[in-house]
Amino acid sequence: MKTTSQAPTSGAGSRASGPPSSRARRQFLRTGAGVAAGAAATVAGGAVLGHAGGAAAAGSAPAADPAHMPPNVPWWTQYLGDGVAAAPYGSPSPYEAHVVRRHVSWLTATTESSVNFTPIQDLHGFVTPNGLCFERHHGGVTEVNPADYRLMINGLVDTPMIFTLEDILRFPNESRFYFLECAANSGMEWRGAQLNGVQYTHGMIHCVQYTGVPLRVILDQVGVKPNGKWLMAEGADSAGMHRTIPLEKALDDAMLAFAMNGEMLRPANGYPLRLVLPGWEGNMWVKWIRRIEVGDQPWFTREETSKYTDLLADGKARYFTWEMDAKSVITGPCPEKPVLHKGVNQIKGLAWSGRGKVKEVHVSLDGGRNWMQARLPDPVLPKCLTCFNAEFEWNGEEVLLQSRVVDDTGYVQPTMRALQTVRGVNSIYHNNAIQTWLVNKSGEVENVRLG
Amino acid sequence: MSVLVKSLTLGAAASLMISLAASAANEIPSGTAYDLGRAATVDEIAGWDVDIAPDGSGAPVGQGTPAEGEEIYMVQCAYCHGEFGEGLERYPVLFGGEDTLDSENPVKTPGSYWPYASTLFDYIHRAMPFGQAQTLTDDQVYALTAYLLYINFVIDDEDFVLSNTNLGAIEMPNREGFIPDNRPDAQPAEVCMARCDVPTTVVGRARIIDVTPDNDDDAPALVLE
Repeated sequence: MKTTSQAPTSGAGSRASGPPSSRARRQFLRTGAGVAAGAAATVAGGAVLGHAGGAAAAGSAPAADPAHMPPNVPWWTQYLGDGVAAAPYGSPSPYEAHVVRRHVSWLTATTESSVNFTPIQDLHGFVTPNGLCFERHHGGVTEVNPADYRLMINGLVDTPMIFTLEDILRFPNESRFYFLECAANSGMEWRGAQLNGVQYTHGMIHCVQYTGVPLRVILDQVGVKPNGKWLMAEGADSAGMHRTIPLEKALDDAMLAFAMNGEMLRPANGYPLRLVLPGWEGNMWVKWIRRIEVGDQPWFTREETSKYTDLLADGKARYFTWEMDAKSVITGPCPEKPVLHKGVNQIKGLAWSGRGKVKEVHVSLDGGRNWMQARLPDPVLPKCLTCFNAEFEWNGEEVLLQSRVVDDTGYVQPTMRALQTVRGVNSIYHNNAIQTWLVNKSGEVENVRLG
Repeated sequence: MSVLVKSLTLGAAASLMISLAASAANEIPSGTAYDLGRAATVDEIAGWDVDIAPDGSGAPVGQGTPAEGEEIYMVQCAYCHGEFGEGLERYPVLFGGEDTLDSENPVKTPGSYWPYASTLFDYIHRAMPFGQAQTLTDDQVYALTAYLLYINFVIDDEDFVLSNTNLGAIEMPNREGFIPDNRPDAQPAEVCMARCDVPTTVVGRARIIDVTPDNDDDAPALVLE
């Protein structure tokens, strides 16, 4: 015997009155289905903090409605869903509303010159959806009408030139997957375990497929003079964001990208054109790029002297720290994703290197005393996020989870102690230390520092 | 060998057909000139070419003094940076910090950290006041730059005339404070896989620090502007 679950709106359950309207269904999702939607919201609230309610609130599955369980037939199996005209640009399921970028209000004076974080704990595979790519602006999101867009190239060139977006789109283009990491990713963790969530400790990163024109092709059009050794890339934003780039990088794998993940760039990511510098720190990937100047000396701009330089313990600071060193982190379990079940559990995570490909990833359950090889089940691409996973049996005891990447240059992700020995604790940028998650006896996960 | 075969097809209204030869690599070749874009005019370049190099080249003609700059600062800058450059809320501190770079709490200001004075002019001109970029005159920017150098004891005379002719000659206190990137660093002698000698005592916990969002009180600030 089977019964039919309650229809979304009164009367809508009878054939005579027809199926519920999509509006009614949405109303139902908001209120009537309070059990499921409410539980989803609770998950979101708990997941944000990871310390609010522990495992029960942070990660337990929403309570199921028996009326929707077999042998009963749920209402969505009976009634028509939305038609193809309902959503010209689709959105995630309302049950995924907790998967959003978040920011830390105490970090910066304003939201216009600030950063938010990619929810890497809720993502799968190595591609970041466009709407979830973390944002870092120095003067807010610039809105540029493509009809008014111009790219100027001047300086030590044979012919200073101006290109429209139409011009750019007529050059040969290529599509490449690359990660983009902010130099300050994990920057709040230098002195100790501070933020209790992988979204906050490691979320200044995203990975998309860029489509654009190799920068060397554009430079061919203007003719770089023999004494032109450096480029200065400048944004059209109100910060006039500008950085010096060595010519070698421009001629290697730099791109001027107009698209990400198949669609034109989002405004937050530099629409209509941005610089792509694979493997290098994110602030150099100038968004809304309006000008490239060729010179014979570096510019030493504000963003490469007063900012984005790495202060060492002796008071000296490293400059031009372009490459992002190899790094990995476990994105589940993590503070937002507690361990809910004894027995078999999956560890998943992300690894990357700004100098090449991920060669191998190691996972430890005991704080780094013993390590096992993680699987790399997906494509391993250079300067691109690489997924890893491993299994572990949880018997309810405390576990100290760590991951460690080795890239194809032989570089090994260091411990925080090793980094601090060389750099002290005031660098802000380029913290790629091994991360430790403590799984306690109730399955809650906490960001901890070992010593 | 990269082979671009250009052939003029007469029948199709003299359209230029560009086809890749079968042997061509898939990679986009370098060295090809396309008939795309146009030459930039001198006026167009002058309007956008605002950057200034460390030696002062590129600086526009103009001048200003610390005394003039102080008046402009109080109107245009003090709202965020404070009347004394102390930085309100979490806005950048603009003076002081000498001898702190190797301390527990370094204070990075133009006086204590910035290697070049040219950068002050360049940045103020292109990005300040915050949200009203490129609204100040060149003389105002020289005056503000001079004022910031004055409150950082880089120049001592409040009537010192800073201009395009001497901007590149200003010597900043931390000019020699930077070294080139010398990574990779912090590498282990070997990749240990078993019975590794590492400390595994929990000495710090994020929950005790308790600054994850929704617990904002008494949070430390990271200088990320």
